[in-house]
Amino acid sequence: MLLLALDSSTPRVTVALVDVAADATVRVLAEHADDAGNRHGELLAPAIQRVLATAGAAPTDLRAVGCGLGPGPFTGLRVGIVTAASIADGLGVPAYGVCSLDALALAHREQPGGLLVVTDARRKQVYWARYDEEGRRVDGPEVSAPDDVAAAARGHVDRVVGPGATQWSDAFAGFAIDESDPWPQANMVARLVAPRAAAQAPTEQLTPMYLRRPDARPPTSLKAVTPR
Amino acid sequence: MTGPRGLGPLVLGIETSCDETGVGVVRGDELLADALASSVDEHARFGGVVPEVASRAHLEAMQPTVHRALADAGVTWSDVDAIAVTAGPGLAGALLVGVAAAKAYAVALGKPLYGVNHLAAHVAVDRLANGDLPEPCVALLVSGGHSSLLVVPDVTGTVEPLGQTVDDAAGEAFDKVARVLGLPFPGGPHIDRAARDGDAAAIDFPRGVVRDAPYSFTFSGLKTAVARWVEARTRAGEQVPVDDVAASFQEAVVDVLTKRAVAACRDRGIDHLVIGGGVAANSRLRALAAQRCEAAGIVLRTPPPRLCTDNGAMVAALGALMVERDVAPSPLDLPADPALALA
Repeated sequence: MLLLALDSSTPRVTVALVDVAADATVRVLAEHADDAGNRHGELLAPAIQRVLATAGAAPTDLRAVGCGLGPGPFTGLRVGIVTAASIADGLGVPAYGVCSLDALALAHREQPGGLLVVTDARRKQVYWARYDEEGRRVDGPEVSAPDDVAAAARGHVDRVVGPGATQWSDAFAGFAIDESDPWPQANMVARLVAPRAAAQAPTEQLTPMYLRRPDARPPTSLKAVTPR
Repeated sequence: MTGPRGLGPLVLGIETSCDETGVGVVRGDELLADALASSVDEHARFGGVVPEVASRAHLEAMQPTVHRALADAGVTWSDVDAIAVTAGPGLAGALLVGVAAAKAYAVALGKPLYGVNHLAAHVAVDRLANGDLPEPCVALLVSGGHSSLLVVPDVTGTVEPLGQTVDDAAGEAFDKVARVLGLPFPGGPHIDRAARDGDAAAIDFPRGVVRDAPYSFTFSGLKTAVARWVEARTRAGEQVPVDDVAASFQEAVVDVLTKRAVAACRDRGIDHLVIGGGVAANSRLRALAAQRCEAAGIVLRTPPPRLCTDNGAMVAALGALMVERDVAPSPLDLPADPALALA
């Protein structure tokens, strides 16, 4: 069955069209990624159309949609989630979500040892999650200061991956920083949701992993306009 | 291009420029559905719309509101000829949710996409209530985010801004004065209600003039004048006559709005005025506009209050007109533009 997967939780917006076999193995038919900066909303829909065209598939051939739920900067993250939810809704096919950090970790599962995945959360913080030797997430996703993440991970992980690792290389100086495949890849999102798609699991509500409340405080009192 | 029943194109419109998730369905100029989910209650304690709160609410409300609109209209996706969406102006993060959703539905279902201007949609909605839009017309659009006077030769393509507020939007002034008077957010309906029991001539609040811009507005001086007046009474230990302040403030706002709108019609030799936007639900604005238009021989067109505030039907109404007039659909890389200019 054809499955469309995407992720917009980082400045790299990524889309993949894959074929999911009955045993949930995944064959990638087409994949496309753009360095979106803040232009997720402009790049994502054309990228979807491009991967469909590359594979010679029609939208109506899709049987499921997979999407990274973050954590990630909110505005770009929402573009991907509302896109995945709307495509699935319009076609009447199920949507499945995954933690975007899990997708990033999956690309690094071949190497042995514990893994720390770190992406940029702005405001001098990072989104992170920690994985054991079996690739299971054992801590996170969370948002914290890089120094605090490094201190807590010391002794638990062998490698640090993700764009946050190089961006905050000082904080992660004591770790082996793996600079390969630093961005989430849509085909990894597809691999993570493939078992659910193959089993025709019920559709899911795609809820973003915000990890932060909106920045807003109720006004305290009125400012006087008349000078005293 | 017309719909399957030959009664005009069937268009689904999505609006997410501020705090209302609106999904409307129209067939030509016939309103079929107008589904709305509002996050206004979540903003009330902040005294204004919080963009991130609005954006989160849009995401949660999108699919349920689309489903409700289709069900209310009694149509399915296969009946829909095109999808229209507000591309701007508005809150960036909020707009993006609607634009991304509209594109996704367009791609998935193979429907043409029409990005529309929010202000033009506020004008076009009039066709759902009052039939064919007179073009050219003058439009006065007043809301919490906008206060604009426009000349509209062609609402799908050519809209000329005559003037706008140089500081606060009219609706913003209502919200801020409501706070000063201890009335809840959003302030418009509460001031309207309080003003009915007040004397509009009780206090002579200033009518702001923008130098060299006869069709522009300024409301920040008025807002400050009201605050000063109220503070002076409070400091003197006097009771603030809330009803009189509300009525006098409201009169100052609607006086300049209607005066300049009528002047624009006269100066341009245009005999139709369309009023839209959330503040167009204000009863005194409607009454004074009717009175002044009648005196000036201008035909006033006001959509019902429900269609004046932000909604998806207005987006669908403009989208349908674009389809009818063979306007080219938007590309899939259509940006959400918080400062989208009028064509």
